[in-house]
Amino acid sequence: MGSLALKNVCKSFGNVEVLHNINLEAEEGEFMIFVGPSGCGKSTLLRIIAGLEDATSGDVEIAGDRVNHLPPSKRGIAMVFQTYALYPHLTVKKNMSLGLKQAGEDAARIEEQVKKAADMLELGPYLDRRPAELSGGQRQRVAIGRAIVRDPKLFLFDEPLSNLDAALRVNTRIEIADLHRRLGTTIVYVTHDQVEAMTLADRIVVLQDGYVEQIGAPMELYNDPDNMFVAGFIGSPAMNFLDARLLDMPAEVATIGLRPEAISLGSEGPISGKVSHLEHLGADTNVYLHVDGKLLTVRLFGQQDFEVGSTVHLQFAPDAVYRFDKDGKRIR
Amino acid sequence: MQRVKHNPLNLALAHLALIIYTIIALFPVLIIIINSFKTRKAIFRDPLALPNSETFSLIGYETVLKQGDYFGYFQNSFIVTVGSLFFILLFGAMAAFALSEYRFKGNTLMGLYLALGIMIPIRLGTVAILQFMVATGLVNTLTALILVYTASGLPIAIFILSEFMRQVSADLKDAGRIDGLSEYRIFFQLVLPLVRPALATVAVFNMIPIWNDLWFPLILANSEETKTLTLGSQVFIGQFVTDWNAVLSGLSMAILPVMILYIIFSKQLIRGITSGAVK
Ligand SMILES: Nc1ncnc2c1ncn2[C@@H]1O[C@H](COP(=O)(O)OP(=O)(O)OP(=O)(O)O)[C@@H](O)[C@H]1O
Ligand SMILES: [Mg+2]
Repeated sequence: MGSLALKNVCKSFGNVEVLHNINLEAEEGEFMIFVGPSGCGKSTLLRIIAGLEDATSGDVEIAGDRVNHLPPSKRGIAMVFQTYALYPHLTVKKNMSLGLKQAGEDAARIEEQVKKAADMLELGPYLDRRPAELSGGQRQRVAIGRAIVRDPKLFLFDEPLSNLDAALRVNTRIEIADLHRRLGTTIVYVTHDQVEAMTLADRIVVLQDGYVEQIGAPMELYNDPDNMFVAGFIGSPAMNFLDARLLDMPAEVATIGLRPEAISLGSEGPISGKVSHLEHLGADTNVYLHVDGKLLTVRLFGQQDFEVGSTVHLQFAPDAVYRFDKDGKRIR
Repeated sequence: MQRVKHNPLNLALAHLALIIYTIIALFPVLIIIINSFKTRKAIFRDPLALPNSETFSLIGYETVLKQGDYFGYFQNSFIVTVGSLFFILLFGAMAAFALSEYRFKGNTLMGLYLALGIMIPIRLGTVAILQFMVATGLVNTLTALILVYTASGLPIAIFILSEFMRQVSADLKDAGRIDGLSEYRIFFQLVLPLVRPALATVAVFNMIPIWNDLWFPLILANSEETKTLTLGSQVFIGQFVTDWNAVLSGLSMAILPVMILYIIFSKQLIRGITSGAVK
């Protein structure tokens, strides 16, 4: 029995079904991340877990209890929103303590919880400020603090980093990972950034158009994707897909996939291409090739040079080739 | 506030336009106030002149205060205006919140129905309203006026407020729900403070017509105790003779409370605009 379980959850808005039969379980203390392209239903699923939206059918269980009919405040959850959603007219301290006050906790415990969260997030100096007097990063920390104070069984994060600039995003990402280690609470986290998902998650749930495509640990998804969508979504730069006829393949294989980092370039090999562009990143070099009318990415270690327009051959280990059938399903 | 470098010529022209507009707008008011302090003869001989020792007279104010219960009328107008505004804002905001926040069957239809009143003048229903008030025994009460004004003010209030409420961050309301706030507290404590500028706008738009209305007080509440200021001032305007001193003095005094209310609301308006720090 996990700390979160979704059983056959479906959701429709009017006639449009946006979530189809979602089944998943998160273990106690697990960091689970929902990823998928925009509009695939990540936020909707999170809101169903929170109780902000009712599922059309199916069950939500938190810590073993069915919570379908409980309001959000009674589910033992806390949520951090993309826009922070701090109460503009309340001080940081009151923002953080409102939930406990509503739940009827006594003042001493509220004080203690707020102090604990403020220490953890280094918010001590700002407790008497209003949200308008804080920077974006500080507001995000207050929003996280407001969630910690409630001491929930389950944390929900909806794209908490997407309003922060790149440097702050990396810092906050590390802070969240650290927070998870210290609190040990189950976290469900939504993002459309696969790097965030890879670096933070214990397990990733890949969603597309309201379907679960695959659930697994980051390296499982990277090394052993079930289908073309997951293979293309996880990993950066994305996997290259080529027509199977370029190689000698069984008839049922329609598409082959090659990770950019699994290819090296040489003067002979089964597939050749024309160099169209180079990106020097210092530690890596990205080479873009025209192969069979498609743009293919090759990621080479170190600093390498090729002449644009020259012809090169792809070299790769035979087991680096992923094979997919005509529906995009992986053939193992 | 954002500071933009202005071309001094443009600045001067803009100020000139604003000053001219102010003079034009204030001129009639000024004339009324000046003439309310003059004798009747002086008013007609030279309407634009300031009162001097010879023409100065408070006769108008004396007449107004002696004739009828001027302060009573005043009080009635005030009660009716403030009462109506209160209910328009309260019910208007509540309906707007429901329309903008909750998905239910017929939501759009309900919104259209509630906004329909904007296009239909309530005076068309005067006869039915009068019959209704007679049947319920509300004739000659201030309640009757408050009810009518509330009904007539609601459509535009709902229309404007629901538009503003749609813009209040949905995450903020959801955060309140997760913290266990009731829908009422979300409405009163999170949403209303954020739409304060819209509330002030609606209040200002509704206030003046209610304060100045003659029609409904005349029909629904024309007893001595329930007369409003506008109705009470009518005694000085006759078919053949008009007591201009009294009319002008009455008008001058009637401006004051509206001005005070307006200043209160517009302060809210400006504060709402300048402190709009949502994110
Ligand atoms: N209140 C609503 N009424 C109707 N359709 C909705 C509503 N909320 C969401 N949808 C639809 O449900 C689908 C999933 O939306 P959702 O917000 O869950 O996407 P998302 O995966 O969070 O995307 P993003 O990464 O852009 O936040 C979308 O197609 C959206 O149009
Ligand atoms: Mg979303």
